[in-house]
Amino acid sequence: MQHPADVRCDQPTRRAAVPVVRLEHIHKVYHLGEVDVHALRGISLEVYPGEFVAVMGASGSGKSTLLNIIGCLDRPTRGKYFLDGQDVSGLSKDERADIRNRKIGFVFQGYNLLRRTSALENVQLPLLYNGTPTAEAIRRAQRALAIVGLQERAHSFPNQLSGGEQQRVAIARALVNNPSLMLADEPTGNLDSRTSIDIMSVFQQLNAERGMTILLVTHEMDIAQYAKRIVIVRDGRIVRDEPVKNRRDAAKELAEMPPLEEEEEAVI
Amino acid sequence: MNVSSILKVAFRELARNKARSMLTMLGIIIGVASVIAMVGLGQGAQRQVEEEIASMGTNMLVVFAGSRKTRGWHGGIGTSPTLTPEDIDAIVRECPTVALASPNVTAPVSLIFGNQNWTTRAEGVNEKYPQIRNWPVASGQFFTEGDVHTAARVCVIGQTVAEQLFPGLDPVGQTLRVRNLPFRVVGVLSERGQNQWGRDQDDVIMIPYTTAMKKLLSITHIPRAYISAISPRATFIAERQITELLRQRHHIRPGQEDDFGVHNLTDIAEAAEETNRILTLLLSSIAGVSLIVGGIGIMNIMLVSVTERTREIGIRMAVGARTRHVRLQFLIESVVLSLIGGLLGIFLGIGVSFALSGMFNWPRLISPLAIVMSVAFSVAVGIIFGYYPAHKAASLDPIDALRYE
Repeated sequence: MQHPADVRCDQPTRRAAVPVVRLEHIHKVYHLGEVDVHALRGISLEVYPGEFVAVMGASGSGKSTLLNIIGCLDRPTRGKYFLDGQDVSGLSKDERADIRNRKIGFVFQGYNLLRRTSALENVQLPLLYNGTPTAEAIRRAQRALAIVGLQERAHSFPNQLSGGEQQRVAIARALVNNPSLMLADEPTGNLDSRTSIDIMSVFQQLNAERGMTILLVTHEMDIAQYAKRIVIVRDGRIVRDEPVKNRRDAAKELAEMPPLEEEEEAVI
Repeated sequence: MNVSSILKVAFRELARNKARSMLTMLGIIIGVASVIAMVGLGQGAQRQVEEEIASMGTNMLVVFAGSRKTRGWHGGIGTSPTLTPEDIDAIVRECPTVALASPNVTAPVSLIFGNQNWTTRAEGVNEKYPQIRNWPVASGQFFTEGDVHTAARVCVIGQTVAEQLFPGLDPVGQTLRVRNLPFRVVGVLSERGQNQWGRDQDDVIMIPYTTAMKKLLSITHIPRAYISAISPRATFIAERQITELLRQRHHIRPGQEDDFGVHNLTDIAEAAEETNRILTLLLSSIAGVSLIVGGIGIMNIMLVSVTERTREIGIRMAVGARTRHVRLQFLIESVVLSLIGGLLGIFLGIGVSFALSGMFNWPRLISPLAIVMSVAFSVAVGIIFGYYPAHKAASLDPIDALRYE
């Protein structure tokens, strides 16, 4: 028996008519004491299935706020947000929790894995909150770990894994519910450059082979170049939105790199 | 989110900080242990009082002569010569609530048998006495109505007297001397042991009250009588009926003082039980206070735990944990903490009540109700004192929680 979402994931055909993300004039105002901070000033954006978008911007540009809203962690002050065609801009806290569970996979800068919890259990975490039977949850978590190439480390704990491996576990966790959208917030921020390329190769592979729609937030131009489209945010507005010219191919770069030296391998 | 996975997380978290969990549980352990021990001891003490009351007699009342006033001086209780065996006969005859009655006179006596001698107390009673006091004979038989009627020189002796005067002999059928008068032993009373004031109840010799009055004391009045009512409830009516009857027989005018008294031992029993109940309640409330203190300890630690695990809460919320999932997780953790504490407390409480009952020679009573209540109470403590921290965890904002360092 195959999960219905698997079918969609395995067929990278675009359902171009319905954007995964559709933002219409999104405003976000924070009330800090007597001062109103206008973090987003009318953002409109559409992301279609199979896209790989990098959102760039300096700190304070509003890109984190944008990510929180797209990730249904926060609600816009004004404007409409349609996720998979569904208006999610006015949902309650618990309704947003359900949407995050079913439609969004998060990958964070600091991995955000649970301590003293095996890789397998970490990957199962989202399934815990939607009533998936345990046997089914284990099977799906194992498959997600296999996709990121960590099936052998299923029973390792986060402190036994390298940074790159921990981030792969986090990606597996984001994958396990077959989300419509994968949101990655500075996923390479804590990693060295070689591991960063390695992680970007995982994202590129998911995007190319499984048609996974990915929205990546970064402030590094060279990381953004692994995406297909770059959106630049400044002062709460989108100032540039263009396809990536000279797109980088992480898998190819890794293959061309000199092999790791013995001592470096020992560290990992 | 199923309960087994929540429990798994809860046990992992509690095991992570073993010392902290143990110290937190200590409050509950002590609270529950004291509830179990106190209720157990209270009920044990109550059982003992009940047994003692039952050993005093069945539905018993004591009628005693009042004090005699001679030329302005009050004598002691029982000195008034107005109470007579005829009064007691009248009580049995005329009070429907009275089942049995026995006059009672007491005299210190010296006993001699062969070359043995012993000084003890002679109780003059009638043939109803064993029934009234629930005190059967162990061998032989009690003296009869005929013996009482004829003031026969027969006696029934207590175990202590039997041991002192007849070592290695069967006393039944022997003749001993009471104040130098020969008395035939017709029976030996069963062993009764000490009463609650430590007097050896077996150090006694029973003789017909008629014999005691005529042959030993030369009196015509009696200081007291034992009366058995038909039921515990009836003792209160019997008390009133006896009072009325005796006032009438003694020609006491309204407003004048009684020249006798009626003691209702059921009263004493109820007073003793009431005292015990109050004591148990008092001790249990102290134990209850310690449970509440334990609950505050749990709340404190759960608040610390929520703060420490803010990031974990953020992660869980980001991947789809609803408010109730987070709340349930922390609530279950605090209930597990208090429930384990409660179970350990039950074992400790049972141990303590065994030790204490051994020390004070009280009956061991482990009240199943107290155990069930303790478990229920510790779960309640876990829920009540875990609710606020759990609510605090559940109402965190996922963005802030994820950003928490």
